[in-house]
Amino acid sequence: MTVAFFILALLTVAGTAAAMGLRNAVHCVLALTLGFAGVAAIYLQLDAQFVGLTQIMVYVGAVAILAVFAIMMTHSPGPAKPAAYSSYWILGGLVAAAVFAVLAWAIHSDSASLQPEVTVQQIGDALMHHFVLPLEIMGLLLTAALIGAVVIAMDRSEEPK
Amino acid sequence: MTFPLDQIFVVAKQWMRGYVPPIAWPVTSAILSVVPILIAFPLLFAITTLLERKGLGRIQNRYGPNRTGPWGLFQPIADGVKSLTKEDIVPLTADHAVHFLAPLLLVAAAFLAYAVLPIGRNMVLVDLNAGVLYFFAVGSVVELAVFMAGWSSRSKYSLLGAMRAIAQMISYEVPLVLATVVVIMQAGSLSTVSIVEKQEGYSGIWLHAHSGFIGIIPHWFVFTPWGFVGFVLFMIAATAESNRSPFDLPEGESEIIAGYYIEYSGFKFALFFLGEYLGMFATSGMAITLFLGGWNAPFSFFTWIPTYVWFFAKLLTLIGGFIWIRGTLPRLRMDQLMNLAWEFILPMAILNMLVAGVWHFMPGGPLRWLVCIVIIAIPCVLLSRRLKRKKKFEIRTYSFAN
Amino acid sequence: MNSLQNYLLLSSLLFAIGLAGALTRRNAILVLIGIELMLNAANLNFIAFWRFGLNPSALTGVMFAIFSISVAAAEAAVGLAIILAAYRHSKTTDLDQMNSLKG
Repeated sequence: MTVAFFILALLTVAGTAAAMGLRNAVHCVLALTLGFAGVAAIYLQLDAQFVGLTQIMVYVGAVAILAVFAIMMTHSPGPAKPAAYSSYWILGGLVAAAVFAVLAWAIHSDSASLQPEVTVQQIGDALMHHFVLPLEIMGLLLTAALIGAVVIAMDRSEEPK
Repeated sequence: MTFPLDQIFVVAKQWMRGYVPPIAWPVTSAILSVVPILIAFPLLFAITTLLERKGLGRIQNRYGPNRTGPWGLFQPIADGVKSLTKEDIVPLTADHAVHFLAPLLLVAAAFLAYAVLPIGRNMVLVDLNAGVLYFFAVGSVVELAVFMAGWSSRSKYSLLGAMRAIAQMISYEVPLVLATVVVIMQAGSLSTVSIVEKQEGYSGIWLHAHSGFIGIIPHWFVFTPWGFVGFVLFMIAATAESNRSPFDLPEGESEIIAGYYIEYSGFKFALFFLGEYLGMFATSGMAITLFLGGWNAPFSFFTWIPTYVWFFAKLLTLIGGFIWIRGTLPRLRMDQLMNLAWEFILPMAILNMLVAGVWHFMPGGPLRWLVCIVIIAIPCVLLSRRLKRKKKFEIRTYSFAN
Repeated sequence: MNSLQNYLLLSSLLFAIGLAGALTRRNAILVLIGIELMLNAANLNFIAFWRFGLNPSALTGVMFAIFSISVAAAEAAVGLAIILAAYRHSKTTDLDQMNSLKG
């Protein structure tokens, strides 16, 4: 295990654990951003340049900001802050630990490591020839999600005066 | 030809690297490449603050600062000393950790963007295969830093300023990226070095009995219809991305005092300033790389001037343009700003992509120019007439933090 | 030299952390964030298998990860919009209190 991978893995796990553990919701999202950046750095270490940079642009630059806006808009005022964890948090923690145990036990193979040289040109070629149908469907899906999100979140309580 | 003076920094770096054992070469090479960037661009920032204040002063029919040194030349040093020695006030109810980290994240993201700018021939910090994508990915981290600054101050003005700033940045990020897609389409690569190399070459006239060829029209992308429109849209979106006037409502001094960095004082305020200007330089550098030919000289008889001199000359020209526009145009209102982004700039950017496609597939000649210009000009006129109609005002309700 | 196992272990750890957060947090938005973390872990798995696998030139792993990122972004947007609408109705994001279907 190289030093770089160890540091990046530590950073990612620390960020995500803090994201799921902190009390203050905005601190959670900021720690989550650190976790996303760590995952992006691991993608870059795995020679997947396009995916790593897309991860930064989409997750850090869009999803994290969405989450932060949502937290700001649903911030209930008042001194009584609800508890951070659900009332049956022990059961949830046990289930997660069991899932991790099963997955870790199932990981016991080792394969030869090649050095792929994928350029953005190849990704573009693949998107336009082999994967053109998923690309078009993705465009439709994003359009539908955009319109749907705006319609659902629109404030309809104000009447035109 | 020009190579000795042109490659002087590359040769100096290799000479300095020869002094360490080969084991330490990657680290030494990285340090030797990064340190000049860390020195040069803050120096440029200091020069720009002085240029801006003198330039704005002259536009507004007054002298700028002229007391500290001849013609006010030591003003940046005075500004630096002032910002370093001011008391660092943090509000009592502020979120201290986030309040501290916000300017650091902003400056770090702004510096990271310089990694893919080719400053001269063979003088790019790292030649990424997806260099342009890296630039925009790092640029989208700035929005998070702005939010952190605005939210952690726990003040109504700062939160309002932060939300406006993020809304503006997100709205103008889409046209910024779409304006670069045309260049990527024509250059066929996301690597900044290859985009600059595609803009080498000149069209010109052959002189008989002399050195032969005199190139007077460079093959920069800005001299094509789609390139010119792309450049204009890119510069408008870049002005909005760095919160410069006329898009500086989130930090307007006469509106919400200073917007999202109202609760910052002393060195952290200076860091925000530095981060904003560094972002402006980085975006100008990217505009130069994509549209203005990078480090290429404008005429073929000027190629003896080193390439980094051309890069910085173009950068200073663009900065002068930014200062000029700041001094001339009034500030846009928030709804005017958003309308401009979504109803004018975005359709024009999409049309620009269509025009670039048409340009690529039509054979060269005046017909190609005519068709492309017509496709761009008619919707531009129609859209701008639509934007000019009067807007009726209604009572607005805000629904964010209480 | 990193083996495939290290990356798979990391991705399963991230998955477990996301699952723990999704199962134990009260705030609906943080549950959604846990789900996003699980998607990230699965993406990491795909890229790790693409890199250390048998046929890296087929680009299947990279393609899947790209499409997965796009779908996750769309799903985050719609999910947060639903949470906003639910907040407007019940004035709280506490999932323990949203436990009846009657409005």
